Amino acid sequence: MKHALYNKLRFKLISITVAVSIGPLLLLGFALYYQFSNLYKERIEDQILHLARSQSSAVDVFLRERTSILGMIVETQSFEDLSKQENLSRLFWQINRRAEGLGLVDLGIIDRDGNQLAYAGPYNLKGLNYYQQPWFDEVLRRGKYISDVFMGFRQVPHVIIAVKGACDTNCWILRATIDSEIFNRLVRSAQVGTAGDAYIVNRDGIFQTGPRFEGVILGPSNITPQQFGEGTMVLEKKQGGGDTRYVGGTWLKEGEWLLVISQIAGQEAGWLSRVRNTATLIIVTGCLLIIIAIVLISNTLVRHLEETDLQMNELNAQLIQQDKLAALGKMAAGIAHEINNPLAVIGEKAGWMEDLLSEEEFKTSENYKEFATSISKIEEHVDRARKITHNMLGFARRMEPRLDDVDVNRVLEQTIDILSNHANINDIDIRKKFAGQLPVIASDQSQLQQVFMNLINNSIDAIGSDGMIEIETALDKDHITASIKDDGPGMPESIKKKIFDPFFTTKDTGKGTGLGLSISYSIVEKLGGRITVEGSQGKGTTFVVSLPVVLPEKK
Amino acid sequence: MHNFRVLVVDDETDFLETLVKRLNKRMLDAKGVESGEAAVDLLKREVFDVVVLDVKMPGGMDGIETLREIKHIQPLAEVLLLTGHASVETSIEGMKLGAFDYLLKPMKFDDLLMKMAHAFEKKSSHDKKIRDAKIHELTRYPSRVFDDE
Repeated sequence: MKHALYNKLRFKLISITVAVSIGPLLLLGFALYYQFSNLYKERIEDQILHLARSQSSAVDVFLRERTSILGMIVETQSFEDLSKQENLSRLFWQINRRAEGLGLVDLGIIDRDGNQLAYAGPYNLKGLNYYQQPWFDEVLRRGKYISDVFMGFRQVPHVIIAVKGACDTNCWILRATIDSEIFNRLVRSAQVGTAGDAYIVNRDGIFQTGPRFEGVILGPSNITPQQFGEGTMVLEKKQGGGDTRYVGGTWLKEGEWLLVISQIAGQEAGWLSRVRNTATLIIVTGCLLIIIAIVLISNTLVRHLEETDLQMNELNAQLIQQDKLAALGKMAAGIAHEINNPLAVIGEKAGWMEDLLSEEEFKTSENYKEFATSISKIEEHVDRARKITHNMLGFARRMEPRLDDVDVNRVLEQTIDILSNHANINDIDIRKKFAGQLPVIASDQSQLQQVFMNLINNSIDAIGSDGMIEIETALDKDHITASIKDDGPGMPESIKKKIFDPFFTTKDTGKGTGLGLSISYSIVEKLGGRITVEGSQGKGTTFVVSLPVVLPEKK
Repeated sequence: MHNFRVLVVDDETDFLETLVKRLNKRMLDAKGVESGEAAVDLLKREVFDVVVLDVKMPGGMDGIETLREIKHIQPLAEVLLLTGHASVETSIEGMKLGAFDYLLKPMKFDDLLMKMAHAFEKKSSHDKKIRDAKIHELTRYPSRVFDDE
């Protein structure tokens, strides 16, 4: 039951420590990972924004540049000049020679009625009427126009840029076709990584440049341009497989086109997941180490506690025993003293009667023998009572032990000598296993002898007859131990608990006072040592007396 | 055994009387008193060889005090201490003050007799030494026989 208590304590200890140490670690891990992934996301978004802005401005610049060149032409040339075919052709030839990268495909001059008066370029478009074209009005109204991309005759994407010439009433238009492949290339340069895409769509979501994946130029895209507000904006789209596609868009060409940059985070998220795996590995290893350490520490702690508790219990038991002995000693002394005086009187009176009985006149008396026996019986029992009270007084004696130079081996030897006759009669073999060199200690020789006498006598009594007593001495660090081991019947636990109690005896009434062991106990205690008993029923008994090695003062 | 004079001091009357009777029966000249004061009074008047003294007496002088007085009045009288409780400390103190020996009450009568005999022996040999010394002195300086006493 006690063990369960310790197990519960251990469990509590472990679970609380694990909770408070691993909890913050996990929290920290998750927080760091969360922050990190946020940062990562921000970085991707930043990248996309930046790319979108720079590319869109590049395309804008491209368009504006060409519009400006056309504007410059209409500002500096008169309608009359330009509407002459040879003049326009020359201009077209000059521009293309000077600026090849302009992507100029053709030029045309259109009067206010929509008639193309002059045309320079690879196709014969002279005389075409544009009046019905939707952009025609817009140019006249706004001064310039840039079309969406369309496939020209050569199956190459083009845009048309048209500007209005300077006029009051007779307005005219300079129209140019621009090869959009040039800004196509510009946009394509933003297609980074293996999954990044960049393209332009118009307001209806039609591709104005060729996308890298899924879709063709002038085909429909899955972009809904209305999702993007003014300026630049990044959207997140979850995709299958845990990847996220970041789509950023910037309006350009006065809000008609949308430059779209998209990037799949999953591709670079491989890197992020590697970070996650590393972090998880570190945290798991850390947790394991913490748990192992906590379990080990808790175990040691609880074991230590258990040991300390055990020692405390032993100490408590000893204290209780001492208290019991002290109280009982006082009582015994009181009783013994009160009984001694009447006992002395009884003894003397009986003696006196005995003295008188020896006189001649009584010797012939009829009941002389009866009297004599009775008196000697009285004396015998007074003597018995005397022994008991003297023992009780001896037990209560609070005399400071007298310190002699004591050789424990020699004291034992002497005691064994005294008792050897008694042992021999009962066929008990006393064997000695003495340690070779025991230090001489400061102790009380006669009291020690009394203790050993008591213990060996008890062993002899316990064996009864035919047995063996083994007496062993040893030096154990700062203690000398003398153990007296018999192969008698031993004793059950219930008796073992009480053997040091005063007046507890297992011997027949009148044979033991029950004081021997408690006197021995208090003697050894006063000498700074301990007596312990080992063994169990059926296995003999061993008494161990351990005495501190206190070296005698040099005289 | 030579006859000698014994004084028994004990407050337990029954014990005292019986002990005195028994000693007298053994041809010893024994007297008993029940208190330390009575013992001191008597010792001032009569000479005893051995005093048997109970160290624990209620009221009046206790055994140790009485012992001091006895040794003061008759330094040569040997004192046997009787002790009712095993206060060996008291007995040791008594021995330091010059008591001959001590016995635990109730004692065996034979033990008492034996110790008394030893005490008397010691006293006699002591007396003899003093007498011899005196004789030696007197044979050398006969005139000193008038000096004191």
